[in-house]
Amino acid sequence: MLRKRKPERYWDPYVAGVLLGLLLFLTFFLTGHGLGSSGGVNRIVVALEDLVVPRHVDTTPYLASMAGGERNPLDHWIVWQVAGILAGGFVSGWLRGRVKVETRHGPQITPRTRWAMAFVGGILMGYGARLARGCTSGQALSGGAVLSAGSWAFMLAVFAGGYLLAWFVRRLWQPGGDR
Amino acid sequence: MAPYELTVLLGQFAASFIYLMIGFAFGFILESAGFGDSRRLAAQFYWRDITVMKVMFTAILVAMVLVFWSAALGWLNFDDVWVNPTYLWPGIVGGLIMGVGFIFGGFCPGTSLVGAATLKLDAIWFVAGSAVGIFGFGETVSLFNDFWHSSHFGRLTLHEWLDLPAGSVILGLVGIGILVLWLGDMLRRRIYGDSHDA
Repeated sequence: MLRKRKPERYWDPYVAGVLLGLLLFLTFFLTGHGLGSSGGVNRIVVALEDLVVPRHVDTTPYLASMAGGERNPLDHWIVWQVAGILAGGFVSGWLRGRVKVETRHGPQITPRTRWAMAFVGGILMGYGARLARGCTSGQALSGGAVLSAGSWAFMLAVFAGGYLLAWFVRRLWQPGGDR
Repeated sequence: MAPYELTVLLGQFAASFIYLMIGFAFGFILESAGFGDSRRLAAQFYWRDITVMKVMFTAILVAMVLVFWSAALGWLNFDDVWVNPTYLWPGIVGGLIMGVGFIFGGFCPGTSLVGAATLKLDAIWFVAGSAVGIFGFGETVSLFNDFWHSSHFGRLTLHEWLDLPAGSVILGLVGIGILVLWLGDMLRRRIYGDSHDA
């Protein structure tokens, strides 16, 4: 166990895709809805707000719908599912020698820059995901599989937003030189 | 007939356990596909590595075919399956903001959880940021509530919108998906050569 292990290779993308598709189908079949993640983080945030400023939560309709009065925002399937994502990600990484305190960043920027960009990107992602009523998991993946028209429009918009800006911020991700 | 009301059928505890296991499998697959690494995710937008597209499209197509197939065979009642309601413009604007967040932050909410679970510090910063963004939305949505509820088409599927049988739309999407991935791989090799492994 103390022996330094080389991290294992990742799965073939098509193997991962088929397994994820089977899981998504099974989830729909058993529960009637798909996968999600930002919705779970949302409920955890609202639960914290409810601890600090319960009056404010009760008087803000959007927040009250999850945590108003006696309602417990954590009493929802998506919260369990998010806990599972963390556990599953950890076990997968641990079995393959990939659990390690480190920062993944492009070669042209420092870890500190990467953290700042991750934080800013996270803010945008969190805000956008709530505005769109779901993230890559809850809208694109799950809504896409059941042919929701809005989910497909959403998916195209996410890719469009990323591709439109990618060239301008290429220094964040691309190898050195001027590719 | 499926789908089931798990909490009614099995009780609160067992249902929660099943959701925990579904999440576990989801996180395990995402991590195994390399989605805990922001560089791999961002590379999609430079066409250097199109793993994201391959995994996502394959998963959507496999799940789609199985959902509609089992519905056609009468094993699954599609009317009881949650179809994300269409709020067209809030979805598009939210999606564009998320695309921008993706290229800056290198994750989406689900993948950042997997990155954080494997102790990637950039993922932990991203999760913190997304919590702030989610908090910000809850505090500001009352300012533009009308927009947030605008262009509402309810439960609208692509085949209803196109007025085509579901089967033809699925066949078309499978064809487009395979074509995009095949062309995508060719394009990636043309730009970057064979050096990269996905």
